Amino acid sequence: MSFSLRLIPLLPFAGATVLLLFGRAFSRQWVHLIACLAIGTAFLVSADAFFTALPAAHESGGLHDIVWAWFASGDLKVDLAFRMDALSGVMCLIITFIGTLIHIYSAGYMSHEKDYARFFAYLNLFCGAMLILVLGDSLPVMFVGWEGVGLCSYLLIGFWYGQTANANAGKKAFITNRIGDFGFLLGMFLLFSATNTLDMPGINAAAKAGAAGLTEISWMGQPVAFWAALFLFVGAAGKSAQIPLYVWLPDAMAGPTPVSALIHAATMVTAGVYMVARLGALYLLSPAAMAIVALVGAATAIFAAIIGFAQNDFKKVLAYSTVSQLGFMFAGVGTGAFGSGVFHLYTHAFFKAGLFLCAGSVMHAMSGSGDITKMGGLGRKIPWTHRVFFVCWLAICGVPIFSGFFSKDAIVAGAFATHVFGESLSWVGPVVGTVLLLAALCTSFYMSRLYFLVFSGECRADHETQHHIHESPIEMVGPLVVLAVGAGLGGLIGFPGGLFGHEEWNLLGHWLEPVVGPELHIPHAVEVTVMAASTAVAFVGIFLARAFFGGGYREPAHQFARSMPGFVALVRDKFRVDELYNFFIVRPLRFVSRGLFVIVDRIVIDKAMVEVPAAIVGVFGRAARWFQAGDAQRYLATFAIGVAAIFYLATRPPAPDAFKVTIQGTAVDVDARGVAGTAGRTLLYDFDFEADGTVDRKGSSPTAHFVYEGTGTYVIRVTIKDPRWGTSTRLEQKVRIQ
Amino acid sequence: MGLLGWIALTPLLGALLVMLVPKEEESIHRGIGLTVAIGTFLASLLILGDFDRTQAGFQLVVNRPWVASLGINFHLGVDGISLWLVLLTTFMVPLTLFSPQAIGLRNIRVREFIIAMLVLETGMLGAFLALDLFVFYVFWEVMLVPMYFIIGIWGGERRLYASIKFVLYTLVGSLLMLAAILYLYAQVHTLTGTWTFDYATYASLMLPRGPQMLCFGAFALAFMIKVPLFPLHTWLPDAHVEAPTGGSVILAAVLLKFGAYGFLRFAMPMFPLAAWSAGPAIAILAVIGIIFGALMAYVQDDVKKLVAYSSVSHLGFVVLGLLTLTAPGIQGGIYQMLAHGISTGGLFFGVGILYDRRHTRRLDDFGGLWAKMPVFAACFLVIVLASVGLPGLCGFVGEFMVLLGTFTAGKTWQTDGLPPMFWSPMLLAAISATAVILAAMYLLTMYQKLMFGPLDKPENKADHVRDIHGRERWVFGTIIVAALMMGLWPKPILDRTEASVKSFVTAFRERLLDADKNPNAPARFFPALPAAEKTALNTNPVTP
Repeated sequence: MSFSLRLIPLLPFAGATVLLLFGRAFSRQWVHLIACLAIGTAFLVSADAFFTALPAAHESGGLHDIVWAWFASGDLKVDLAFRMDALSGVMCLIITFIGTLIHIYSAGYMSHEKDYARFFAYLNLFCGAMLILVLGDSLPVMFVGWEGVGLCSYLLIGFWYGQTANANAGKKAFITNRIGDFGFLLGMFLLFSATNTLDMPGINAAAKAGAAGLTEISWMGQPVAFWAALFLFVGAAGKSAQIPLYVWLPDAMAGPTPVSALIHAATMVTAGVYMVARLGALYLLSPAAMAIVALVGAATAIFAAIIGFAQNDFKKVLAYSTVSQLGFMFAGVGTGAFGSGVFHLYTHAFFKAGLFLCAGSVMHAMSGSGDITKMGGLGRKIPWTHRVFFVCWLAICGVPIFSGFFSKDAIVAGAFATHVFGESLSWVGPVVGTVLLLAALCTSFYMSRLYFLVFSGECRADHETQHHIHESPIEMVGPLVVLAVGAGLGGLIGFPGGLFGHEEWNLLGHWLEPVVGPELHIPHAVEVTVMAASTAVAFVGIFLARAFFGGGYREPAHQFARSMPGFVALVRDKFRVDELYNFFIVRPLRFVSRGLFVIVDRIVIDKAMVEVPAAIVGVFGRAARWFQAGDAQRYLATFAIGVAAIFYLATRPPAPDAFKVTIQGTAVDVDARGVAGTAGRTLLYDFDFEADGTVDRKGSSPTAHFVYEGTGTYVIRVTIKDPRWGTSTRLEQKVRIQ
Repeated sequence: MGLLGWIALTPLLGALLVMLVPKEEESIHRGIGLTVAIGTFLASLLILGDFDRTQAGFQLVVNRPWVASLGINFHLGVDGISLWLVLLTTFMVPLTLFSPQAIGLRNIRVREFIIAMLVLETGMLGAFLALDLFVFYVFWEVMLVPMYFIIGIWGGERRLYASIKFVLYTLVGSLLMLAAILYLYAQVHTLTGTWTFDYATYASLMLPRGPQMLCFGAFALAFMIKVPLFPLHTWLPDAHVEAPTGGSVILAAVLLKFGAYGFLRFAMPMFPLAAWSAGPAIAILAVIGIIFGALMAYVQDDVKKLVAYSSVSHLGFVVLGLLTLTAPGIQGGIYQMLAHGISTGGLFFGVGILYDRRHTRRLDDFGGLWAKMPVFAACFLVIVLASVGLPGLCGFVGEFMVLLGTFTAGKTWQTDGLPPMFWSPMLLAAISATAVILAAMYLLTMYQKLMFGPLDKPENKADHVRDIHGRERWVFGTIIVAALMMGLWPKPILDRTEASVKSFVTAFRERLLDADKNPNAPARFFPALPAAEKTALNTNPVTP
């Protein structure tokens, strides 16, 4: 079924183009009006497509819109085409809805910024690229969005380009993402060589059918599907900030806060999760690849959560929290619970966008500072921000009824109940589930620490800053409230109705079913146990944090820091992973490149291979120059030498090249006469008929006769001497006597 | 003369016209130069109208006797392989002449510069269109002379060193090629009894293995220097650094393309067995070039040198693509040539602007320029991203197709019944693909050092560091539109290369398989010359 899906990304692109070209001529009101209209309309079109057109098209694989044939060659055919099925539809709604809210928020947040139009142009551009990413019908089209969002992230992190730290962070993000893109490319190539197509439906169909190209063993005992899935996951890990490629995301917080909310929390960073869910059929072919995805996700979830304990920058805490929550999502899709992964993606988009926008609002109030050690007691001064943060905080901690509870619970329960890993890897599910529960405990702890340090107790800021604390304007608070509603109640959309015998209560699972397959069936006992455990974990974390940080830093917190100073410093320094990468990768690469430049290009090629031969030629040139100095005597001397040389060569016996041999029985006649114009000269001939060193005939006669004693092969050697010049020439010829 | 003849020779006529105008009338020189170049571009668009994309062979052929007694014909034609390179040439030359920075800071001898550019254009167009090896060789050498003067007269401080290095490198290759052409000339005479330089005849001449290797070596050396392929690349950074902006743009955008074009048009079809034997070595050199060029670019502190090394890396992809002997590989390689022409040409225009404003090319002298020249910074960013290979811009399509073609080459060879062209194509593709990371590293680092960071150096704050304006904006606007169009809508270009590339692959395979069966058979024709052609040759036997 066709629908002008192209409108959805085109609207924000059009907004971006107008703003980039003419933005500086517009007033601020026009700039944000254009930008918000562009993305808002895209939301309406997406909603129209999703709710009115899509339900009729589930059977035919969703809505499909071919813009034009992009490139083709041989078997390779790539159309610039979009497809909306339930999965990409849900993504579209999330992106455009939260995108619209953040555009509105930005109108307030960035109101003092001088490069207003450029900011909104980038935001629009980002939304367009993100929509291409989710709507792309083939991997290359998805890759356009994939790299496009990376570019916008680069531009927005470096929005305040005047500061070197921001520019560095942007570059780091782009390059780290490119490492992932390298994996994405190889994954695409592998899939193409296995299935001969790059269209998502084609790949998924081949995977579902267990195509031979995908299942044949390729390397190290693993099938092609494993390697393709693994390489694509490298791409996902880059974009979605998973171990070991997560390092760019915390640095990315240097960008404006709405950007952190939109790009580095709600949308772009979830692209990897989306891709794995999109190619779910491929991942299901290889339990080993699934296990890697799940384990990396779980490890990232707990690792980043631990780092979150000791960060003192508001946005840094949220950044590591995002890394950790993305780990949850990967654990979800990695255990085969694609729907749950996407569910968490959706709830996280709301509560994390809410948290980030609250961070922006708090920093707005605190004159731009994000240092939580200098905050405290803000609850009374900025009540609306506080209320919204409160709801989002409970959501991320996983307190029941709030959205995060349902989605996190679905992932953890799925991990315990899954069967995708088969016999040999059956340990993966429980391990992932346990680690996730621990990570949920950590999450609850560091988020509560953040909440208490910022909002409870007395304010620790200096007097000047305190004086300026104020609630944000309506265009900032409005979107916050909407997000809070979503963060609070949004989880009901994926209500685990199975628990009450009403599968259909899980509306999201029902929507996604045509794409990612039916929800995993989770046994009653597992479901209930996990729910109890995760509720307990959430409250334990909150109460622990309250004991440490309720109303400001308390004695237990100081005590803990004193008892393990080394560990606390290590966590505060983020386990020094950046330093590790710098020492083992970045600096060696530069060093090696510089060395190669000096040694290979400068010395080996330019000196040894170019200048040395040139110098040799130069020596001959200088020698030749000596003869041409314009000195008559030198010319005469050379002339004389030349004449002598010519005379010598003319009179020298030219080397005869063959003599005649006539065989009669055992007798031979050798005739070396006039072999090469030797007439008129007195020459001496030595004949050696057996080439044994004894001269048989000798004299000035050029002919000789000889009789052999027996048959066989002999070599006749004739030496011609010129007594005048003392030169001699030796000739040989083989004869066979029968 | 036919359309192609006029297109090739119009710039030369323009150059003659410029010579007639008195020396002082610089604006008239510029006017004539630009008019002629634009006229040539418009005329070349006519080719596009007449070109039949379904035909694999040469079209719009012009064939007139030139030196009849030696069998030299002024024989021109265009096919899917040369079509877009011709258009790239006619597109880039007027843009260069239009750019205010083309001559560089030493704004002297405007008349001579324009003459040199126009003669250069004739040389390039003739060499792309030539179907007679003698004519090709003449145009090939014609290109060399104006470029030598452009670097040597309008270049920077070490212009003499650079120009001589450029000429020596190129001459070494081209003289060996001349020797090989003459050898073929004699061979063809032995076989057919006629003296001819006709390309089609040469392309079906099949030499025994030994002479084939030697002739391929001679041709390949000339082309490897031009690409340039590692380790024959060191003339390029020097030439680029010293050349004026216009020279760098044309050198990067068009001249370097003759390396890959030569492989595709001459070295590979004429000597399939030798090309196949040397395939693994050349493929490895190409991959080394891709990585090595990128690493070198990463550590340069001169912007122009950095861009020059990035060319080494990008053109390695082209050669790798051609060697895959698969449709995506070769079409991707051709596309990469065009994309590189646009993006690297644009980069050199950008460097020209920087040099014009700041009189320096050292990266450390810049910083924070976005605040001073936002429009330029934005334009330059688009061009940088095109060069990085961002999808949606021109650089991506070619690179993607080459890598995909290389990665799947093993399978394609198997189905095509072609003996492997080189070893472990998957591994080579994977190694080459790391260049997508390296390209982001060196180009974004460069961009950051130029445009981002605090604007703290007094020289950068000075008033003469103006944003681009007037004609400069048009130049960058044109480049950006081209880069976007090539990125989003490559189909029209790829469609017109497809038939020729497919027939190239088939012909190469047939000839290689035949040569492989009896490598030591004496020189012969495969496939046999068409009877009509043979008689046509025989009815007019000439002896020199």
